[in-house]
Amino acid sequence: MSQTWVTPGGVHPPENKHQSLTQSIGVLPLPEKLVVPLNQHIGAPAIPCVEVGQKVLKGEVIAKAAGTVSIPMHAPSSGVVSAIEHRPIAHASGMLAPCIEITTDGEDRWIAHEGVDDYEHLAPRKLLEIIANAGISGMGGAGFPSAVKLNPGRQRPILTLIVNATECEPYITADDSAIRERAAEIVEGIKILSAILDHPDNIFIGIEDNKPEAIEALAPHVEGTGISVVSFPTKYPSGGEKQLIYILTGKEIPSGKLPADLGMVCINIGTTYAIKRAVVNGEPLISRVTTVTGDAVGVQRNYETLIGTPVSHLLAHSAFDEKACSRVIMGGPMMGFTLPSADVPIVKTTNCILAPSYAEIPDDEPAQPCIRCGMCAEACPVSLLPQQLFWYSQAQDHERLEAHNLFDCIECGACSYVCPSNIPLVQYYRASKSEIRKARAEKVKSDHARERFEFHKLRMEQAEREKEEKRTARREAALQASAAPSNPSSSVPSSSAADIIAAAQARAAAKQATPEQQQAQLERTIAAAEQRLIVAEQKLAEAIEKGSANQSVLSAAVENTRQKLEQAKAKLAELTA
Amino acid sequence: MIELIAQNPILAALIALVGLAIIFGALLGFAAEKFKVEGNPIVEQIDELLPQTQCGQCGFPGCRPYAESIANGDAINKCPPGGQATINAIASLLDVPAPELDEEHGQESPVRTVAYIREDECIGCTKCIQACPVDAILGAAKLMHTVIADECTGCDLCVEPCPVDCIDMLPVAETLTDWSWSIPKKPGQLIATDTRGELSHAHTQGGGA
Ligand code: SF4
Ligand code: SF4
Ligand code: SF4
Ligand code: SF4
Repeated sequence: MSQTWVTPGGVHPPENKHQSLTQSIGVLPLPEKLVVPLNQHIGAPAIPCVEVGQKVLKGEVIAKAAGTVSIPMHAPSSGVVSAIEHRPIAHASGMLAPCIEITTDGEDRWIAHEGVDDYEHLAPRKLLEIIANAGISGMGGAGFPSAVKLNPGRQRPILTLIVNATECEPYITADDSAIRERAAEIVEGIKILSAILDHPDNIFIGIEDNKPEAIEALAPHVEGTGISVVSFPTKYPSGGEKQLIYILTGKEIPSGKLPADLGMVCINIGTTYAIKRAVVNGEPLISRVTTVTGDAVGVQRNYETLIGTPVSHLLAHSAFDEKACSRVIMGGPMMGFTLPSADVPIVKTTNCILAPSYAEIPDDEPAQPCIRCGMCAEACPVSLLPQQLFWYSQAQDHERLEAHNLFDCIECGACSYVCPSNIPLVQYYRASKSEIRKARAEKVKSDHARERFEFHKLRMEQAEREKEEKRTARREAALQASAAPSNPSSSVPSSSAADIIAAAQARAAAKQATPEQQQAQLERTIAAAEQRLIVAEQKLAEAIEKGSANQSVLSAAVENTRQKLEQAKAKLAELTA
Repeated sequence: MIELIAQNPILAALIALVGLAIIFGALLGFAAEKFKVEGNPIVEQIDELLPQTQCGQCGFPGCRPYAESIANGDAINKCPPGGQATINAIASLLDVPAPELDEEHGQESPVRTVAYIREDECIGCTKCIQACPVDAILGAAKLMHTVIADECTGCDLCVEPCPVDCIDMLPVAETLTDWSWSIPKKPGQLIATDTRGELSHAHTQGGGA
């Protein structure tokens, strides 16, 4: 067995895993309705491509991926699309999110699908495409699209593939039972991954030593494959990506870096099974193993659950005693969250539904002031200073929080678990993290607004300047018109006045940069001159009618305007020719 | 020459000091030229902290003029969009006590709003376009106008000029992506019965059967 390293901190909560391991993975009766949320993963929500009333077959695409960091959704069973609307989903906020509801027809009829056997000969690109099209996202943690994770780019060759079978959180046995029953397929999935990653030098399956049956089940299948099963002492949280990498390789992923930066990829073992099903059997990800456990359910076991199955359906078939149940938790007791209602659907990341009794997980004790005991710092697997983070969170001191590496906190809950004052530390960190993220986003937004405001000001100033120029030009023209009567004998404007205008025009033309601008300017001049000509002619006609004395002045002005108009027209013709 | 210096330590020290003075003087002069700070840095810093809503509620035509005025000793509590957070940030920057927001200039609104034009009522007068400080409104004379919500700062300036009152300031709905956990109540202030059913508490102490 290869060497393992020991992470700092960690806790040993009661495991409570045996209850759900007495039976094999079960199958539930088909629920009447399946609700598939469009955003079960990190990235953009999928875009529905079916309509209400449309018949769909099991495995049919019902929503397409929106861009690269996104995954498509498939119908988990055959039936009719009965609604596309906002529904409550499994989220701590209790908010609604867009979902597709399918009313099942009970036939559970598959769409035509086909896998490939000789994946060894397929190009990695092709395999990644199959994985992306099968809608596979990480099934252990946050749900990052697997095809994206497996494609870290050419510059970063992957030398180590780590399969995460740690399942360190109490109560959860979904991976454990899947390994016991499906070791062969899981190992085949790992071989596919190895082919995609161009056969990394090291392939580890990291597993805690509290799963001897699973380790035994894997042993015959990994023989001679180069895959090593590495078991290590059970401790919570060993299953965090960075923790597991440290345990297996002794390497620390620096803050803000990805495992891929160090030539490593870490994939959940449930995901490898889904990948095998997708590639070899051609089946998209429409079901997963979910543990139903806790003292408030009569039958504690693992189920192969269709995505979109309401939690209430699972509980109803597990002899659920609502009165005895203190709360329904999605995920485990350490990192899971209390569900706002049992009507929310199971999603691709749901590994456990925990319905504990009051005795098992009592209501939260009221939080007491921090006594600076330092137990939280001892428990932290990332060697942070939870009590400092707690103080800074209370003070909303973002600078210090970041200086104390708040963003390296994996929200494992080890600190709140040991805290003798029952302080819900993780909630402080989660709140502070989103506060900081919000502040960052706002900063970007306000910088953008400043830029736009400055541009707006610039634009207004420019418009003002242009107006001013026009005004000056008009004033000069007026000056020139009033200069005309001083020389009434001549019908052509005096050469000096004409020179001034020509010079002004030349100046104006020099300021114009492009022919388009010049043309626009000329067109404006022409329109204005035409207007002026009409007015001048009217005035002249009036003057003639009344026999007034300034006829000669007015006729000069008319002549003048007409000339300018002609000039402008000639120029425009020149420009457009 | 060298011998003379070597024999006269006072002269040697003098020459060394003068030499050093010249070298460092040149270095400082060069640095002052090379790393010259454009503009008034304190104004920049204050402007960085202002919300850039450009609403003019502070009595200045935009955030930057107000920043300049603060740098010249104006009160720091005149910006309602920024609210207390901005006042605190400026106070800590300038190292002065943080006052409350001056109610005269308006109230801090808890929700962000953006303008929304009821498009079928818009007569295309372009008045709102002229009022918008960040060019967030799209439209042309006699044509329907619309607000680019992503660019709108929610400054409210376009609402007043609209002759047919078809602009509403709508609150921006909270989505799943920007929902966040709230800071729990201060420890030591809870009564046991209060905690029951509190959704926002994810971590459930225990596992201990
Ligand atoms: S929740 Fe964060 S701070 Fe607390 S122990 Fe885990 S990593 Fe450390
Ligand atoms: S464990 Fe709790 S009481 Fe002790 S230092 Fe940490 S936060 Fe404070
Ligand atoms: S009141 Fe409006 S214009 Fe003045 S600083 Fe605040 S956001 Fe900017
Ligand atoms: S659209 Fe209206 S509220 Fe929005 S930034 Fe422009 S003027 Fe202000």
